Amino acid sequence: MSSKKVYKTESGAAVHGVIAEFANPADLSHAAEKVRDAGYRQWDVYSPFPVHGMEEAMGQKPTKLPILVACLGLTGAFVGFGFQYFVRHIEYPIIHQAKPSDAWQVLIPVTFEIGVAFTAFSALLGMFIFNALPRWNHPLLRSRRFLGVSDDKFIIAIEAADEKFEPHGVRTMFEKAGAIAVELVEEEMDTVKVRAAH
Amino acid sequence: MSAINPDQTTAQRLAGMVPSPKPQRMEDPVTRDGSLVEDPAVRAPLVLGDRTFNDVTETVCGYIEKGPGRWWMPAFGLASGVAGLMPLMILYLITTGVGVWGLNNHVDWAWDITNFVFWIGIGHAGTLISAILCLLKQKWRTSINRAAEAMTIFAVICAGTFPGIHVGRIWMTWMLFPIPNANAIWPNFSSPLLWDVFAVSTYATVSALFWYMGMIPDFATLRDRAAIRLMRDGQDAETLPILNIRVDMIRARIYGILSMGWRFSARHWHTYEKAYLMLAGISTPLVLSVHSIVSFDFATSIVPGWHTTIFPPYFVAGAIFGGFAMVLMLLIPSRELFPGMKDLVTLRHLENMAKIILVTGFMVGFAYAMEFFVAWYGANKYEQDVFVYNRLIPPFFAVTGEDGQLKYAPYWWAYWAMISCNVISPQLFWFKWARQSPVAIFIVAFAVTIGMWFERFVIIVTSLHRAFLPSEWGMFFATPVDILTFVGSCGTFLTLYLLFVRFLPQFAMSEIKNVMPQANPHWEGYGHGHGHASHNPPASGAAPAGAHHAPDAPKEGL
Repeated sequence: MSSKKVYKTESGAAVHGVIAEFANPADLSHAAEKVRDAGYRQWDVYSPFPVHGMEEAMGQKPTKLPILVACLGLTGAFVGFGFQYFVRHIEYPIIHQAKPSDAWQVLIPVTFEIGVAFTAFSALLGMFIFNALPRWNHPLLRSRRFLGVSDDKFIIAIEAADEKFEPHGVRTMFEKAGAIAVELVEEEMDTVKVRAAH
Repeated sequence: MSAINPDQTTAQRLAGMVPSPKPQRMEDPVTRDGSLVEDPAVRAPLVLGDRTFNDVTETVCGYIEKGPGRWWMPAFGLASGVAGLMPLMILYLITTGVGVWGLNNHVDWAWDITNFVFWIGIGHAGTLISAILCLLKQKWRTSINRAAEAMTIFAVICAGTFPGIHVGRIWMTWMLFPIPNANAIWPNFSSPLLWDVFAVSTYATVSALFWYMGMIPDFATLRDRAAIRLMRDGQDAETLPILNIRVDMIRARIYGILSMGWRFSARHWHTYEKAYLMLAGISTPLVLSVHSIVSFDFATSIVPGWHTTIFPPYFVAGAIFGGFAMVLMLLIPSRELFPGMKDLVTLRHLENMAKIILVTGFMVGFAYAMEFFVAWYGANKYEQDVFVYNRLIPPFFAVTGEDGQLKYAPYWWAYWAMISCNVISPQLFWFKWARQSPVAIFIVAFAVTIGMWFERFVIIVTSLHRAFLPSEWGMFFATPVDILTFVGSCGTFLTLYLLFVRFLPQFAMSEIKNVMPQANPHWEGYGHGHGHASHNPPASGAAPAGAHHAPDAPKEGL
């Protein structure tokens, strides 16, 4: 890892990676397969919508988010049930509507609702955590070409952090894969620092 | 040339060796809407006008960036003026007491709970569209889900107000929640009214999370468009009147924060789609539970007319019925007011929703009939009287009772308003012209909305106004405060919806792009036909510029 070469642009900023634009989802899928087969690890595909079959094309493992959500949802249900049981039977046992204080049946609706609430929160927050979001700033977002991805552009980015990254090799591979444009993206850096480097 | 006895061309087409011809569309002569495909084997296009991905972005973002048009300000002024009635009436209610409503000792729930059930029911169609149709893979939902989810949130806001203010001593409403207190008093966990508190608050929260999650990619699109304009030289850029700040700067900031830094990464999309699916999966039982629990408020009591086991499914079907009517009442005017929206919300969408109204209308009609059947079959005198003499019989068909007095239902007009709006008016949708005419759909949707309000009024007020003893009998008369509070809640709903169309993306752009034909990597326009040599040029207009053909064939087939 320590032997990893740091590439710098003429302005002195470190290279974040190389992005390549593709014309359509079909080309994007094929290019993703090529990048996957070339053995890159620090790379990603960017598209305005989830492209069908991209998980296989990228060789992505299925996310473990459902396990987390199931665990937290069940936790919520248990907490909800336990709380009600504590209140009704332990803290202040009372018989109303002729229902014994330890009747579990009447506790089910609220248990269900609390379980649902926990599930929903863990699905959304888990999605953020698994995706390392929120991250309001990113080197890629400074590229004008990259911003087109939120409209109708299809982009693959290979990061300089990858073991096999080499700017010219990556560019050649993208061009062979049918990219319509290839661009170098700089690492984020204070403009002050960049000026100081000159 | 049929699929059963194919000629050579058809056989080749079915085997995927030659491309299918473009679907023959039946165009509406007036609107040029080509979504009404007659052939059941051909899928109707979900987006019309041979739109590109960029067209979708421009159309949807244009509504926010260019503004909805001159009509918006007057409409917003009017709606928010009406909405202002609500806080005024609530203030009067709190400072005076619930006696300002027409409530009395017999009818202690009336318009307040009617409005609550009415609004919460409307919300349910939004969740049905966003969650249940998502699980059923109904792709047509993508054009209507955002507006329907927005409607859900706003309806739940209106709904939640009424139980909050109907408690009388409003400063005690915190007792609704199980908060530890010095008196060691806890709420009654075996009461459906408490279940309701949890159901409605969970529903509001989960709907809001679902809505927000769907908007994250669209917020990112709005952020990026503002950022791109900021990168350009801003000579004639739009600025705020006094502060001299570029509007795009504010957009980039606010939409940027809301988008959580979404970058449209495929790895993110993967987790996102899973999370979205799980939210849809959990919202489906949630939406069914919410209105079931609302119906328990009535069904677990012993009041004749309320004490029925059919209530949970009856309430859920009614909620979906009324909610779809409200979605249509919002979308049909939107289609006229926003340019280009007819390509996204097509006549096919409206027709599908009209069919759902017809089906759910039958469900509620069946439930109305079943109530009578069970009252007769159950041989319960009180229940029979509630249905026949409190609801059904109008004065001009009055029956002479055993004591020689004329018996008729004082609320017959409410009952028959409900029947004609909910059961009779949707029958118009048996006719294709009615299902395909926005005006006819709007009229029926309006009738259904009125009918669904009357349904709740009938259930609540007609059951309460005559209790077991004739000495407890009395009528309910709405006061102006009752009426103006409800009118104010309609204004609140409309105000919130107008703010939504002004500032938030009305369509799930990423989802719409995903159901367009060119979103599929195997779309025939990209010319990868099973590794055969047939290289088809992209279909005119619909393909993104310069569909590049990769030199080698895909590794795996379709």
